[in-house]
Order: sequence, then structure tokens, then C-alpha cells
Amino acid sequence: MAGNLLRVNDLILHFRTTRGVVQAVDGVSFDMNRNEALAVIGESGCGKTSLVRAILRLLPKNVHAYEGSVILNGVDTMKYSEERFRSEMRWISMSLVAQAAMNALNPVLRVGDQVAEPLVVHQGLRKQEALAQASEVFRMVGVSDDFLSRYAFELSGGMRQRAIIAMALITKPDLVVLDEPTSALDMLTQANIMNVLKSIKRELEQSFIFITHDVATTSELCDRGAVMYAGQIAELGNAQQFYLDPYHPYAQKLMGSVPTLRERKELEFIPGQPPSLISPPTGCRFAARCHRRFEACDQEPPLFELADGRSVKCWLYK
Amino acid sequence: MQDRDQALLEVKDLRTWFELRRWVFARAGYVKAVDGVSFDLPRGEALALVGESGSGKTSLARTVLGLYKPTAGDVVFEGMPLSQLNRRQMRAYRSDLGYVQQDPYGALPPFLSLRSILAEPLRVHRVRDKNEQDQRIHEVLEEVKLTPVSDFIQKFPHMLSGGQQQRAVIARAMILRPKLIAADEPVSMLDASVRIEILKLLRRIQEAHNLAVIYITHDLSTVRYFSERIFIMYAARTVEKAPVESLLEHHYHPYTEALLAAIPDPDPKNAETFRDVPAGEPPSLVNPPPGCRFHPRCPRAIEGLCEVEQPPTFEPQPSHFVECWLYRDEQKSGLG
Repeated sequence: MAGNLLRVNDLILHFRTTRGVVQAVDGVSFDMNRNEALAVIGESGCGKTSLVRAILRLLPKNVHAYEGSVILNGVDTMKYSEERFRSEMRWISMSLVAQAAMNALNPVLRVGDQVAEPLVVHQGLRKQEALAQASEVFRMVGVSDDFLSRYAFELSGGMRQRAIIAMALITKPDLVVLDEPTSALDMLTQANIMNVLKSIKRELEQSFIFITHDVATTSELCDRGAVMYAGQIAELGNAQQFYLDPYHPYAQKLMGSVPTLRERKELEFIPGQPPSLISPPTGCRFAARCHRRFEACDQEPPLFELADGRSVKCWLYK
Repeated sequence: MQDRDQALLEVKDLRTWFELRRWVFARAGYVKAVDGVSFDLPRGEALALVGESGSGKTSLARTVLGLYKPTAGDVVFEGMPLSQLNRRQMRAYRSDLGYVQQDPYGALPPFLSLRSILAEPLRVHRVRDKNEQDQRIHEVLEEVKLTPVSDFIQKFPHMLSGGQQQRAVIARAMILRPKLIAADEPVSMLDASVRIEILKLLRRIQEAHNLAVIYITHDLSTVRYFSERIFIMYAARTVEKAPVESLLEHHYHPYTEALLAAIPDPDPKNAETFRDVPAGEPPSLVNPPPGCRFHPRCPRAIEGLCEVEQPPTFEPQPSHFVECWLYRDEQKSGLG
């Protein structure tokens, strides 16, 4: 894939803790094109939230290692100083809809002021102009602009999530990263939010990275998908390949464990647990739980790039 | 199939209302969390209660568990109405029930070892003999496959994975040998690959002990793997009740239709189309709309009828019940 929007190469983010170094993101590489939605799926402890932090440089104080390159529109943002990243990248070229962000809306500010805030802070707009743009972006997410003057508690869960999405879009970023955007929502509300994201993708040709453990929901907004396991990408492919015919044994079992409403299927589960990120095993990290392991798996496989465009980190596909 | 004998649990026109107080003496109305629900549950059957937040499913389960007092109607367990039980009988009733909550880590006291956590219900219900306690603890941990037992009894909750914690919660729910288990979103906080394992475990336990199970979930996709019947709840009422396969093949209520249409399967084609979702939000439980509660959002509302009168229960197919005026030509039903 050409990766004309984003190229991430060997991204590493390790944290220092009292129990040792947590290798949360351990050599992640992928590409994205403009107007593409990339789903990153993984279970708890796979490092997906740390991946978000690594891309947006939202780092805590206990960082042990932070390396690799994040090339957005041809520019390696890892080389930017803190100040330059803040003034030119974060919330300007890339923004975030964080997990449970809808609960993080400031209760004592009007919703409109909060949604307009990024324009005032990052682009120096005056409040009136910023609010006018907020009104426009509210239209795009399907919220009446009556709600600009209301407070967060006056909005339902679904509307608050739309307000948060509006806040992430208002500076017209090249990339929006969504971390579990629908986990806390009911089914009908989830379907509504996915409709909003689909229409934004069409209307604005917006690019998204959609990070979640909810496999079925990602299929609503996915051109390509990546599965993360133990801090690394196990498989990356287009939506057809990813959902219908995964190659990596972990991805196969993961798809096999998703209950389906419309199709009758025998469900699988994966015994055991993912390895600790503090001392990940040598060799392939999934080998201990893999039903197809063999001798080569004692060595860590590279991410093989196959002829059909997908990448698989597994010796079976050498 | 329903037992010809008396069902283990009978819920009769149950209403659970919570009072709203504004000032010290003034009443501001009631939150009508459960507002007219009736059903029977025999032993050995798993019943799924599906609905969105605020639909009343958790309040219904907690009323059955004896945690809330019914405002009207009754819960009858093995022929005995709850409203007529004295304190001693209530306590005996509680030992016949098990509760599996949604958040396994929140459900387990972090400062107690697994052994202490499991011994607690035994102590409360007067099983004081140490040997008997040990034996029951051992039995129940074997059953949930937290083995070797001698390893696990010393552990504290934070030493267990999410799936193991939920097994511990199930063990605790089973230790008094209950006849009915209420499982409120038992797997929604667990990872996808672990959910099936836990649901299969619950199924095995249910079959081994002929338990009645009330399985509350918003995730309809799991229902087929775990329940015989399914009830769809909306705004404190059960709008549709049917055997699972029957409902999935033939859903009658427009809300059920909307719910099923909103659920994605992992299919790459989903990205190409928009989903039809009914506009609006579930109504206030303090002042529900007159007539059928779904009428303001219903694409098939019948003018002059649906906004005026609450529909009774109709039975368009045997054992398949729906509260909807669209089926007024079908046989009216006594109960569900």
C-alpha cells in the first residue's frame, strides 16, 4: 500500500513501572491512505490504547522508550519538538475521540463553547467565528444547533458522543483517531453513531483509525483492518480479507469467537491468556496458545508481506 | 416447553416504582422502572431479557432477587408469594437465588482471599462447620474450573484475570446450591475470546443443576447461544416474548425489528450502507407517553389507536407474544 496519508514504521512505546518495563507498543508498522478507515482490533492488554498515545504523542511521565517514525503527509512527526507538535499537529492535523470521552465533557461549560474551543486555542479564532463553525460541524454530526447553548447533562449519551466527534472534526484534521467510540452506548445509539461516522467519511473524505475490541462494529467503518496481539500487529489486510478469511491463527480464532445474529455458527474461544507485556516471551508471542505452532515458532517471525496485499506475522506464510 | 406443574418462578403483573422526592415532604412522582410484567419461568430454562439502558431489565431482575420491593403485583417462587414472606423465609429465599453481576472485579471484595469470599455466603446462611465449608468451596471451584483448587483459594481478586474473576463470581453464586441464577451482563466486560468460554460454562452449570436462569444482556448476538426464550423490554414493559429461534425468524414488534436491524455481524459489506434507526430516544419512565410507549418512534403507528390505548398482549404464533396493535386480529392472550 502506498500510504499517502500516514506511514508508521517500527513504532515503539515502552513504559517504566515498578514491576518492570511494559513493552506496550513493540515495533508496530502500517500504512494508511487518504479517505481510508483503518480498524485496529485487539483485546485488553494488547497495547492498542498505547498505540493511540504513541501516534498522538499523549505520553505520561514514565516513558522508557519512544522510537520509530510516524510520517503524516510526508513529514515525520516524531522529529517535532513538543511545542511544534502541540501547535501544528495535535488537534490540527490529527485529533482524538478518546474512550468514554463523552463522560469527560466539562459539566460547567456550555457544549458549544467546548466544541469551539480547539479553534480558539489552536487557530486563534474569535469566539463568534468559532461558534459559527461549531454550528456547521453539529449539522454534520446530526445535532441541532439548539444544543450549542446547553450543558452536557442536558444531552443524552448518544448526543454527547456526537458532540465529542464534532470537537474532533472542527479543525478539519487529516486524521481522526477513535478509541472505543461506541463501547458505552446502547445498540440503537451505536448504530446511529456509526451512521454519523459513515456520512462524515463520505462528505468530508475523512480518514479514521478506529480502535476497539468490538469486532462486529468495526465492520461498519472499515476499509482495512489490523489485529494487535501483545504489542505487535499480527495481521493487516483489507476488509474482505480481514473479516472473511484471516490468515493468522489468532485472527482466525478471534473472528471465530464473535457471535453472529444472522448466521448459525459454532463459536470458538481461545484458552489461556495473552502474555505479559513486561517480559514477553521470545519467539512468536502467540505460540503458547496457537493450535498450529511448530518448531520455527521459537523464533519471532517478521511481518511477511503477501502478494495479495496483506501482511501476516506468522511463519506459516513465509 | 412449560412445565404442566407450577413453574419455579411466576411474575404476576409486576410493577416496581421508585419515588422521586423533591422537597422533604412533597412528592414529585415515580420512576416506573418496571410497569406491568408477567411471565413464568420453569426450572431448567434460560430466559434472556434484552433491552437498552433504562428499559427496566436490571430493575426487574433485582425485584425478583428480593433486592427491591414490588410496588404492585407479585413475585411467586415455588408457590410462595414474596410479599407474604417473613424475614426468616426471605433469607431462605435468598439462598435459593444466585446473582452474577456485570463487573467481576467490582463484585469481589479486593481485600479477601477467594476462600474467604466463598465462605461468606456459607457463614451468613449458617453453614459453620469448617469441613463442610471446605468441601463446598472445593466442589464449586472444581465446577467453574478454577483448578488446582489449593492454588486458587489463597488468591486475591487482583491476581486473577477478568475471565477467572468472573468464574469466581459464578462460584460464589453457586455455592448455596441455588435454583435460579440472575446473570446481569455477565460477559460484557470480558474480552471477546473469553466471553464464549464463560457462557459455555454457565450453560454447563445450568444443565448439570437444572437451574432456571435469567440472562440480562443488551447483546442480542449471544442470546442464541445461551437461552431458550427471549423477552424484549422497552420502557418498563415486555413488548415481545418468544422462543429464541422463533423471534429471530419472525419478529413482530417494530421495536424488535429496529433492534435486530441495528446489530452488525462482522461483514465487510456493512461499510457500504447506512442502517435504519428509529428517530428519537426511549421515553421518560416518570411520564411515559399515553398509549403504546413506542408510538412516538414507531414507523407503523396506527393513528387514533396507538397513541391512545396501551395494547394488550396478542399471540400471533403459539408461545410467541407481542404487545402491539398491529396484531389486534390475532388471538388475545392471558399471559406470556
